[in-house]
Amino acid sequence: MNKIKKIFSVLFSAILLFSATATNSIAIEKIHFVIGGGAGGGWDGTARGTGEALTKSGMLKSASFENMSGGGGGKALAFMINTQPKNTVLVQSTPLVLRSITRHKGYVSGSGVLSYKDVTPIAGVIGDYGAIAVAKNSPYMNFKDVVDAYKKDPKSIKMAGGSVRGSMDHLIGALAFQAAGANPNDVVYIPYDAGGKALAGLLSGETQIISTGLGELMGARDQVRIIGITAPSRVADAPDAPTLKEQGYDVQFVNWRGFFGPPNMSNKDKKALSKMLGKVMKTPEWEAVRKRNAWVNIYNSDKDFVKFLEKQTVEMTALMKKLGVI
Amino acid sequence: MIEGILIGLKTALTFQNIFMVMIGCFFGTIIGMLPGLGPMTAIALMIPITYGFDPATGLILMAGVYYGAVFGGSTSSILLNAPGVPGTVATSFDGYPMAQQGKAGKALAIAAWSSFAGGTLATIYLLFLAPSLSKVSLSFRSPDYFALMILGLTAIAAFSSKGQFIKAMMMVVLGLMLASVGQDSLSDITRFTFNNMNLTDGISFVLVVMATFAMSEALTIILKRNDPSAVAKQVSLTELGSIKINKEERTQMLKAIPRNSVIGFLIGVLPGAGATIASFLAYGMERNFVSDEEKAKFGKGSVHGLTAPETANNAACSGAFVPLLTLGIPGSGTTAVMLGALLGFGIQPGPRLYITNPEIFWSVIMSMYIGMVILLILNLPLIPYIARILAVPKNYLIPLILFFSITGIYVMSFNNFDIYLMIGIAVIATFMRLYDFPMPPLILAFVLGGLMEENLRRSLLISDGSWDFLWSRPLTASIIAVTISIVSWQVYKTLKNRKV
Repeated sequence: MNKIKKIFSVLFSAILLFSATATNSIAIEKIHFVIGGGAGGGWDGTARGTGEALTKSGMLKSASFENMSGGGGGKALAFMINTQPKNTVLVQSTPLVLRSITRHKGYVSGSGVLSYKDVTPIAGVIGDYGAIAVAKNSPYMNFKDVVDAYKKDPKSIKMAGGSVRGSMDHLIGALAFQAAGANPNDVVYIPYDAGGKALAGLLSGETQIISTGLGELMGARDQVRIIGITAPSRVADAPDAPTLKEQGYDVQFVNWRGFFGPPNMSNKDKKALSKMLGKVMKTPEWEAVRKRNAWVNIYNSDKDFVKFLEKQTVEMTALMKKLGVI
Repeated sequence: MIEGILIGLKTALTFQNIFMVMIGCFFGTIIGMLPGLGPMTAIALMIPITYGFDPATGLILMAGVYYGAVFGGSTSSILLNAPGVPGTVATSFDGYPMAQQGKAGKALAIAAWSSFAGGTLATIYLLFLAPSLSKVSLSFRSPDYFALMILGLTAIAAFSSKGQFIKAMMMVVLGLMLASVGQDSLSDITRFTFNNMNLTDGISFVLVVMATFAMSEALTIILKRNDPSAVAKQVSLTELGSIKINKEERTQMLKAIPRNSVIGFLIGVLPGAGATIASFLAYGMERNFVSDEEKAKFGKGSVHGLTAPETANNAACSGAFVPLLTLGIPGSGTTAVMLGALLGFGIQPGPRLYITNPEIFWSVIMSMYIGMVILLILNLPLIPYIARILAVPKNYLIPLILFFSITGIYVMSFNNFDIYLMIGIAVIATFMRLYDFPMPPLILAFVLGGLMEENLRRSLLISDGSWDFLWSRPLTASIIAVTISIVSWQVYKTLKNRKV
């Protein structure tokens, strides 16, 4: 009997000790992910994938998710600012920067324009580079050919994209043309309501080039020729896609996806979270999720993240003014 | 190809894959029956599970959910006037009236056989034509889609007989107006949102359908509870009728199925259209094929009117795999999720898929045959039991319909505002019903109107503002010619009848 007691007490203390060390490494036990869009979208995948990697790798006890669609993510953003929930992070991406530049006013008490400054930037985790592509049978072999044709006759180049005027897809192409010395506002942009439909438009021959995220083109690599991506150097998943930079057009753009806390989040929590995200990205559990979704790891934390956001805001504001969308 | 078929059969007929088809079809049917929850959400949530399987098995499972949902969606369309998935809205136009006439069992059987035939025929087309069909996918440009939507709008004629013309047109305008709410699809300007951010994404199609069909139907029944004809209806509904399809109906179905499987499949192949558009177009076109006598029955329980959209929507589902597998282009949200999953498996869709991964390409097609048979076996024997739903006393059934409508719309967006909006639209729709305004033209205009505007404006952008895109390409010109001849034929007939 005594023996059993002893074993139990040893076991018990072992468990206690173990759990004590375990909790030491977990600064935050549970995270509630707020997603500004419906199930199955990009934000949704990022939040659920990150949550999965965090819990499976044992860095987090539990993760919960909440889809809060409305206003293109504006509703979820307003929720974070107005209710300041605890242990909650919001998943966001480049449109957060764009919305702060454009029109989204008055969704929170007061009439201020919402931006990343109204929430606490924690870290950017993944990203997608922009890409410009033509159909496989197109006469244009590189971005210079397109620019030359455009300079001869601006109307001969119609640029397809998977979203409205002034959206990210539009800005990627406009950035490239701007770097080539063209007036980005003269490039005719043809919006479609989804990347797949823009791709179908390109392949049907009604547009000559497509400007969208690299990820959007990965499924159709057999039909398109990517003539320029907005990455600083070639990416491993698409080694044959040249960068715009190597062709002499200094364009860099990344559609980041990252996490934000409520405005009152403490510095300590913010640091702990950004560290945790950085750490999880090195685990095999994350790698499994990343591979499944074909994500590109672009970790950008805390102060660097804020700096990055500031830079993107300045660049995009200038471009959007030129395009006349603001 | 024979070799491919054999590889496909070998993969599809393993125990594991047959089991997956069964699971997929079963869950698809259930998801399809529940209003609101669609195959896209289900498949998106399924991806983490499928990751453990090999790619062919994963895709077989997802495809099963997809066509299973469209198969099952017809049940709630017919019995409750509450379409389970957007692709089965047109099914309710004639399926629900048929059920109201005490022929629920028969309507369900017709739907099941039509779905089966549509899906199977389309899979045969897919098997023989897939490589060349990818050219069809890419032959349609914005002007052609615009012309196609106009052609689709001619289906409104089906609801505008007997002095209903003005009312039907008013509903068309209302539908077009509702479609314009939200962020404009080309620029980022918001329209008619009253600075309410819940409206910036526009009003969802499913919401409008549930409000104007399921909820307003339920509310109308409550308001008309003392109507003697409604009591008589209740009595007739307890007899669900036989599920046997008689000879006359069978000949009608045999006429309708082949042509609608072709229409549905071709529309499904187009990345800019899909099962919903296919079913509406098939419904409208079928009316042009039949005799005047049958024409009058459309919207009141016509066998042709039920067979056409049911055949077409399932055929379109199979057709949607053409751009997905041979081009890597998703035509709808559901296929976009499947494409993401494929890429996650490390599979590169495209013309070379036959060569690089023949087992995936062929086994998915082969699994569709198996799936169709399973769905038929799953659905037919259950019909007498499922149809019993209608025998549930109205005072239980109506709260249930309202409950499922509200929860259905909530799980789609998790936005309370959508619930209020749906109730608001349902109340307005109920009053319109009491004054005999037909709802289908509103739905038709709502779904076609948005696409029509978008494609028209895109065409104008591409042609630098010139209207010659309407006739400069033979494809556009011929679709427009067909539309004009249908309309003028109907005008001619109306005028002729008036003289007599």
